[in-house]
Amino acid sequence: MTSSQQEEALSLAETQPAGNVDRMKILIIEDDLEAAVYLTKAFREVGIVADHASDGESGLFMGSENSYDVIVIDRMLPRRDGLSVISELRRKGIHTPVLILSALGQVDDRVTGLRAGGDDYLPKPYAFSELLARVEVLGRRKGTPDQDVVYRVGDLELDRLAHEVRRGGKEIPLQPREFRLLEYLMKNAGQVVTRTMLLENVWDYHFDPQTNVIDVHVSRLRSKIEKDFAQPLLKTIRGAGYMIKDEG
Amino acid sequence: MNRFWFLFKSTAVRLSALYILLFAICAATLVFYVTAMSERLLTNQIREAVQQEVDQVQRAYDAGGMNLLLRTMERRARQPGANLYIIAGPSGDILAGNVASVQPGVLDEEGWTSMPFTYQRYAESGISRRHMAVANIFVLDNGLRLLIGRDLGEPEAFRGLVRQALMIALAIMGLGAIIIWFGIGRNALKRIDRMSDASKKIMAGDLSQRLPVGGSGDEFDRLSVSLNTMLGRIEKLNEGLRQVSDNIAHDLKTPLTRLRNKAADALDTKDGEVRRVALEGIISESDQLIRTFNALLMISRVEAGSVAAEMSAVDLSAIVADSADLYEPVADEAGLVLTSSIQPDIEVQGNRELIGQAIFNLIDNAIKYSSDAEGHGDIALKLLRRADGICLSVADHGSGIPAEKREDVLKRFVRLDESRSKPGTGLGLSLVEAVMELHGGKLELSDTDPQNQEKRGLTVSMIFPVNCSPRTR
Repeated sequence: MTSSQQEEALSLAETQPAGNVDRMKILIIEDDLEAAVYLTKAFREVGIVADHASDGESGLFMGSENSYDVIVIDRMLPRRDGLSVISELRRKGIHTPVLILSALGQVDDRVTGLRAGGDDYLPKPYAFSELLARVEVLGRRKGTPDQDVVYRVGDLELDRLAHEVRRGGKEIPLQPREFRLLEYLMKNAGQVVTRTMLLENVWDYHFDPQTNVIDVHVSRLRSKIEKDFAQPLLKTIRGAGYMIKDEG
Repeated sequence: MNRFWFLFKSTAVRLSALYILLFAICAATLVFYVTAMSERLLTNQIREAVQQEVDQVQRAYDAGGMNLLLRTMERRARQPGANLYIIAGPSGDILAGNVASVQPGVLDEEGWTSMPFTYQRYAESGISRRHMAVANIFVLDNGLRLLIGRDLGEPEAFRGLVRQALMIALAIMGLGAIIIWFGIGRNALKRIDRMSDASKKIMAGDLSQRLPVGGSGDEFDRLSVSLNTMLGRIEKLNEGLRQVSDNIAHDLKTPLTRLRNKAADALDTKDGEVRRVALEGIISESDQLIRTFNALLMISRVEAGSVAAEMSAVDLSAIVADSADLYEPVADEAGLVLTSSIQPDIEVQGNRELIGQAIFNLIDNAIKYSSDAEGHGDIALKLLRRADGICLSVADHGSGIPAEKREDVLKRFVRLDESRSKPGTGLGLSLVEAVMELHGGKLELSDTDPQNQEKRGLTVSMIFPVNCSPRTR
């Protein structure tokens, strides 16, 4: 981890107005002390309370308190393997969202990780902005099950059943893929969504897109929903991704 | 001495020794069986001859009583031949006949002698030669004993002959075995020596060394061939590794230097905006480095085959359609047209993520390198079944790759664009090739438009095998 990533985290924090939401509380289960210290500090700087456990057993003990919004867990841990910690938590009826960090970073690892009860998966090395975006999305998921049929951001409305998008009462025709892209952004309105998260959730491919391919899709979508309207909604978060938010 | 101990320990020699032993046992058994059978046959013939004599004597006795019997015996005893005649008193002393003495006890038991016995003839009493014979013994009413028998000279000689033949045969066999043994052993030894010489050179670091192949296609050759194939793979991997570390050193030094310079700039300046720009530059440089490392890790994992277990039936048509859907706007943005022609419902055994990433890489390259193709910048994405497999091709109209450089571009970090003016890691095609190898397929590079000298274009085809089963390691 470099100081540049901390800087990046700071610049991200500026986009997250403090006091808007309750302070999120997360548990980091990671045996690499240096990484854990960095993560704890970086999360605190963006207003997230982070506790740290350095092995599987103590992680399980702390996680069992059920007072965390998100658990970030390394796959390979001393005393108890990360996947077994997740299974044990789930067996105890604790459904705190879990994000698995793994150096293995393979497709099969993702599948086994998610099967064990993990909610998201991030291969190492990762950018802190990517981890932060995912943790925030997971943290919010806990409170609000996405039962809403209609998502609203400002004067933009997306009807998931009718597959219709309106802004200011005027219907905006979208391609099916653009619709899914907007749906995912609006579902996580006010949260930073990274390019990798978009590729995962809209196209179902799990790797770093590396190029501007996602940007092109987002800018097309943006031109459709912002053309003829003064108020911009879809923002680019430098070094991280995108966020849809009503500034007004 | 050591070498011969080693020779004895060699499998071929141990096996041949075992075979020779088994063969000798079989041969001996056979010979003994044949001897025993022919002896029995001969003994039976002799008994038949004796029985004929007995019948004649019996007829004489029936016709003329004791007198005629004794006379017949006397007359027959005087005739030359192998037959034996004895008339003996009740106590066993020989009264008449052509035999001087017999083995004691022979005359005591009536009927056929159970074993051959020894006797002596009158004529040769001086030289005490003893002969073997079988006989039938009768006890008459008046206590006289009659012996009618026949000499066993012929079967004895026969048995001797057979024994001799057996000994000679075994001797020849043994000699032959030893010669063959030495032949095989020496040959094996020589070849093993040559192989171990070659492996010593390989161990000493000369990976281009190969084990000798005789050309006879025997087990030694087959072993050498598969070891050579293994060596070839090791050499290729080793070469790849060396090249990669060279290239890593070379390719990562530049961005790291830039990174360092930008960090120094950020430290020096007091201006917040300049610092922000410098820090952003540092982040994007770092991201690029992380991408490069991720791509390298990915390739090495694919090459190590550890993802082979994650293979399942995947809808290739759907992946290609996804790729077209994902990249169509990107091509459009670059002023290009991405067309696709996809045969529906083509399934292969594979890994969706890897195939997807490979196609994305190819389209990405095509867009990157045909943006300078003014006018006809079409990129054609095709998926179709062919006779030789399932062909997935991405064709562009860029400046293409000369045939002699096609091999090179598959190597890690190799980019034809020496100035590195286009963004990229130089790892894209290496990953695609690794993915194809994992799927048992191959990667083909060709010209899209060979007629056009300036913009011949590049077509990259991923050929999946028809019965696409993943390579098993």
